Amino acid sequence: MEISANTQALAYLVSAILFILALKGLTHPATARRGNFYGMGGMVIAIAATLMGSEVRDYGFIIAGVAAGAVIGTVLAMRIQMTAMPQLVAALHSFVGLAAVLVAIGTFLNHQAAGQVDGLLMGELSAGVIIGAITFTGSVIAFGKLQGLISGKPVVFTGQHALNAALGLATIALGVHFGMTGSLVSLGLMTLLAMVLGVTLIIPIGGADMPVIISMLNSYSGWAAAATGFTLGNNLLIIVGALVGFSGAILSYIMCRAMNRSILNVVFGGFGTEGGGGDASATAQAAQKGVKSASVEDAVYWMEDAGKVIVVPGYGMAVAQAQHALKELMELLEARGVDVKFAIHPVAGRMPGHMNVLLAEADIPYDRVLEMDEINPEFATCDVALVVGANDVVNPAAKTDSSSPIYGMPILEASKAKQVYFIKRSMRPGYSGVDNLLFYQDNCSLIFGDAKDVCEGLATALKGTGH
Amino acid sequence: MTATLVALYVFVLACFIGYWVVWGVTPSLHTPLVALTNAISGIIIVGALLVTGTEKAGTAAELMGFVAVLLASINVFGGFLVTNRMLAMFKKKGK
Repeated sequence: MEISANTQALAYLVSAILFILALKGLTHPATARRGNFYGMGGMVIAIAATLMGSEVRDYGFIIAGVAAGAVIGTVLAMRIQMTAMPQLVAALHSFVGLAAVLVAIGTFLNHQAAGQVDGLLMGELSAGVIIGAITFTGSVIAFGKLQGLISGKPVVFTGQHALNAALGLATIALGVHFGMTGSLVSLGLMTLLAMVLGVTLIIPIGGADMPVIISMLNSYSGWAAAATGFTLGNNLLIIVGALVGFSGAILSYIMCRAMNRSILNVVFGGFGTEGGGGDASATAQAAQKGVKSASVEDAVYWMEDAGKVIVVPGYGMAVAQAQHALKELMELLEARGVDVKFAIHPVAGRMPGHMNVLLAEADIPYDRVLEMDEINPEFATCDVALVVGANDVVNPAAKTDSSSPIYGMPILEASKAKQVYFIKRSMRPGYSGVDNLLFYQDNCSLIFGDAKDVCEGLATALKGTGH
Repeated sequence: MTATLVALYVFVLACFIGYWVVWGVTPSLHTPLVALTNAISGIIIVGALLVTGTEKAGTAAELMGFVAVLLASINVFGGFLVTNRMLAMFKKKGK
């Protein structure tokens, strides 16, 4: 069956509406799954309408590509560990980027063969290729940093900004040359330079700024799709590209605001050091600095009769896979009538919302998990704040010390709890390299150990104290 | 109005929709949001289908289109399924 161009356009419109409803569904967890199904529906309609249009004649490669992609995608989606979501997302961003490059170059070759190239088309093509190529290699670097294949440290060298500026200008110059002459060599060189630029743009950004990088690359992948839409004169691609582009841009903004840093400060980076100090003498170092350390039993003594306990999870929880132990701890405390809540800072973890997914994975109900603005007033009335693998996001220096690099960053006000227990592997400072003033407060004690081991220890000790 | 100008209209209006809709997304679902946008940016498959499926496609274009179809399909299947898997885990107390 073949459909007319008008029918196809109408189908694309339905598909675009379904995609908007899909995003709209994420307003609340209760409607989110339905939203995801709208999205699937939109995709099926879009693909079917394209295949039934008059332009697609040859199905061999298409069937092979979709079948292989379906198998790989399904296996990835089913196998991936929730802690590894940032890596999966980075990989998927890189695929969109590379696909955009291939579609743009393929479109040029087809049009050239048919003798229908003009300056406008080549300009739009260049935009698609450049954004796509930067997205592709930038995401590959982000993936490498997340997976630990390359160092998460910011790679900074003198002349970096000058190099990036030169690369950017050269890329654009090649794009202009390509637009005027249609030279394949210029197109190829432009693609190559844009790929190099993707690497040099992402490499100076430190590992813990990952939430911003992920969001930014998310945005780029959207703009790449939109640029492809302009090239092909396809409104559906333009709409979806704009939706995705804005989604990533807004997430980047939210992440930057949560760190009180501008996007430029993050992008031109080099912020943060992977701290010094050894693990071995953590307790000794702590005593030297006037920091109290506590045992699991001390913490249990405070928590078992508490009215309210607020848990502050951070990236350390993800690394130690402590979320399941936390769930057990929550249940034991709740059985004793303790009110347990979880407080999430927007930049906790390696991507936006990372903590929420890990807690959900451990079957912790989402109505127990609160965002910073909702939970902050509650710290003053809670008996125990348990900080698990977070650091900078609870540092009072952000409010009190105007000379601190993190001054002005909104924080979780764990310091206002009656008693704070801080689970930490060592005395190392957090990502920002700043000492945490909370440690020196009278109401704060540190429990040294792996987050998972300590949480399991707390649960075991609670079971043992059966009143 | 030229076709490109129409496309620009569509683009700008879609940006406004994206802006309003995404600000409405609850922060607890930001990871599923990123995964879902991964899936729907697989819409680039439409472009890939047109490149590889057209009659006039040469071998080079056909191959590029094929790889693009493959990559975009991974996004579509991987993105929607992993989003679904994550969303299924978000439960209220007492289920």
